[in-house]
Amino acid sequence: MPINYYITLALCLFAIGVVGVLTRRNAIIVFMCVELMLNSVNLLLVAFSKMHHIAKGAAATAGTDGQLFVFFIMVVAAAEVSVGLAIIVMMYRNVHSININFLNRLKH
Amino acid sequence: MNNVLDIVYWIPLLPLLGCIINGLGRKSLSKGAVGFIGSGVILASFILSLWAFFQVRAGNVHTAEYFPFINVGNLKIPFAFQIDQLSAIWLLIITGIGFLIHVYSTSYMHDEKPEHFGRYFAYLNLFVFSMLLLVMGANFVIMFIGWEGVGLCSYLLIGFWFKKKEYSKAANKAFIMNRIGDLAFLIALFMLINKLGTTTFSEIFTSASLAKLSGKEITAITLLLFVGATGKSAQIPLYTWLPDAMAGPTPVSALIHAATMVTAGIYMIARANLLFSMAPATMNVIAVIGIATALLAATIALKQNDIKKVLAYSTVSQLGYMFLALGSGAYVAAVFHVMTHAFFKALLFLGSGSVIHAMGGEQDMRRMGGLSRYMKITNITFLLGCLAIAGIPGFSGFFSKDEILAGAFAKSPVLYALGLLGALLTAFYMFRLYATTFKGSFRGTHEQEHHLHESPAAITVPLVILAILSVVGGFVGVPEFMAHGAHALSDFLQPIFKDSYALLPVHEVSHSTEWVLAGVSSLLVIATVVFAWSRFAKKPDLEAATGLGKVLENKWYIDELYNTLIVKPLNSLGSFLSNVVDRKIVDGVVNGVGRLVSYGGRQLRWLQSGQTGSYILMMVLGMVLIFIVQFFLRK
Repeated sequence: MPINYYITLALCLFAIGVVGVLTRRNAIIVFMCVELMLNSVNLLLVAFSKMHHIAKGAAATAGTDGQLFVFFIMVVAAAEVSVGLAIIVMMYRNVHSININFLNRLKH
Repeated sequence: MNNVLDIVYWIPLLPLLGCIINGLGRKSLSKGAVGFIGSGVILASFILSLWAFFQVRAGNVHTAEYFPFINVGNLKIPFAFQIDQLSAIWLLIITGIGFLIHVYSTSYMHDEKPEHFGRYFAYLNLFVFSMLLLVMGANFVIMFIGWEGVGLCSYLLIGFWFKKKEYSKAANKAFIMNRIGDLAFLIALFMLINKLGTTTFSEIFTSASLAKLSGKEITAITLLLFVGATGKSAQIPLYTWLPDAMAGPTPVSALIHAATMVTAGIYMIARANLLFSMAPATMNVIAVIGIATALLAATIALKQNDIKKVLAYSTVSQLGYMFLALGSGAYVAAVFHVMTHAFFKALLFLGSGSVIHAMGGEQDMRRMGGLSRYMKITNITFLLGCLAIAGIPGFSGFFSKDEILAGAFAKSPVLYALGLLGALLTAFYMFRLYATTFKGSFRGTHEQEHHLHESPAAITVPLVILAILSVVGGFVGVPEFMAHGAHALSDFLQPIFKDSYALLPVHEVSHSTEWVLAGVSSLLVIATVVFAWSRFAKKPDLEAATGLGKVLENKWYIDELYNTLIVKPLNSLGSFLSNVVDRKIVDGVVNGVGRLVSYGGRQLRWLQSGQTGSYILMMVLGMVLIFIVQFFLRK
């Protein structure tokens, strides 16, 4: 498959994520959108890694170094999700809402 | 004779110590202690000066180098004192007259509060210290320190009663006018350093070093030095500060006018006589300015009614004579007149102080009169002072003034005639002053009349001593034509001026001519004295002056002229700079920057909304912008 498809798909996913983060007020959805962006980046990394090695004429199994980043990102994302969900749970307990605009009051 | 050097530095150091003790202890020391310390240090200095004088007379001329003062590259200026014939005479005048004035002050200033009394004596000691530094310095830089010091002290003392606005204004005037002269002095100093690389007198005044200067340079330097001297010694055009300096306490006037300060300019020119002798153009300028000042001030003094103002203008006039003598190359006559003038002018000022004291602060002669009945000692001493300043034969003023006039005659008969006119004016206004004050009937209030008394001993004893000096002081300089070899002062000063005499053109005046000149001037002076006495003793000049008299009373409107020509334009320039340039432009820029920043901040504040969403939106927009730039604009 040409690399363009991967790029287009990743761009679409990223754009959906951005728009979601910008427009939605529900914390969990915002969270999901963040994950979406991260994963679109993962997808691109994998795709580019693969393409890079094919272009150099190496074996199809080679080209795992770019994919290693993806694992790191997944680990970090998992950690982030656990912390983020914990925050959301605590927030819900306190204010009975998961609207992120409630966090505004932190500045006061 | 090393011990001379070990001791002479005490001469200025003692007054400085007195100043420090009195200044710091003005709140804790009693008046008696302050007066004792203040006068005692000057007496000690006087004794040391006497000793130094006799050392010099025995032929021990010294330059004492204590430590390097400025060492920059090739320029080496040591802190050094020079004790020679010229400075020895000044030392005696300063400390001797200074001491009498200090003693006088202990009584005159006794009504002041203790801390002001201490402050007064601290200033007085500092004044003497500065003046001693001025005359003892062995180079122009040390001299300049003293030069500035006396300027400062005169400011402090003229404005001693600083609560009166006009007094502090007079102090400012004295200080600012002096600064103008000081600037010229400083420029001359820089020129000397630039051309010769030294300021030490003994190095400058050698033929080898003077040969390095071109004629124009010498003229420029001497003219600048002379401008400096006009500031300090109150000559045209910088003389107006001296009459205003009467705002200070009377003993201060005596100190400024007789012993210190105003003679500084004469001293400086006498010190640099070799340089001046090489600049005939400058000599002419000095002589003309001198005689012009002498006449101008004498005419003003004719119509003044304030007893101290008359004396002040008479000082300006007498200083004019000294400059006339310097300009005519009669250096000894100038020094001689400084000396005799110190005696009789100190006497006259202290005498007028005694009168003012008795009158309870009244200074207007029109409200005095007939004081001779109440104040015997003051009356007699004052009369002797008047006779001396008028130049009655036998009194000190006669010898010195006669010598000046003879010198002027040698230079040009016109100068002689004008000088003689000035001498007659002097005799006239002095006896107008004397007759109005001491003769006739008392014109003050009854209360004042009841209060009239002779002053205490601390005032009268200095008067008597000064009166004796005024009478006999002239005999150190009996002219050659009267008695051969009797001019002790001239012989004494010979080493200082001998190089100049070789340079100056010699105009021999025969002894018979000198007899005629002296005879004519004496007769005319005596006639003037008799005329003034008879004119004012019975019927003093009380009416408001009209016509020319009014112009004279208003001092030829010179102060007004300076006000319109210099002070007012400067003031309006100042207020323009303050109101427009400073307040509008400078403040506008400064405040404008502040306003711009706070306005910008207020506008940018809306970006910092605290809404996470909006931040992210901005990030996204920024990213999009970067992409656009990357894709569309970079190619």
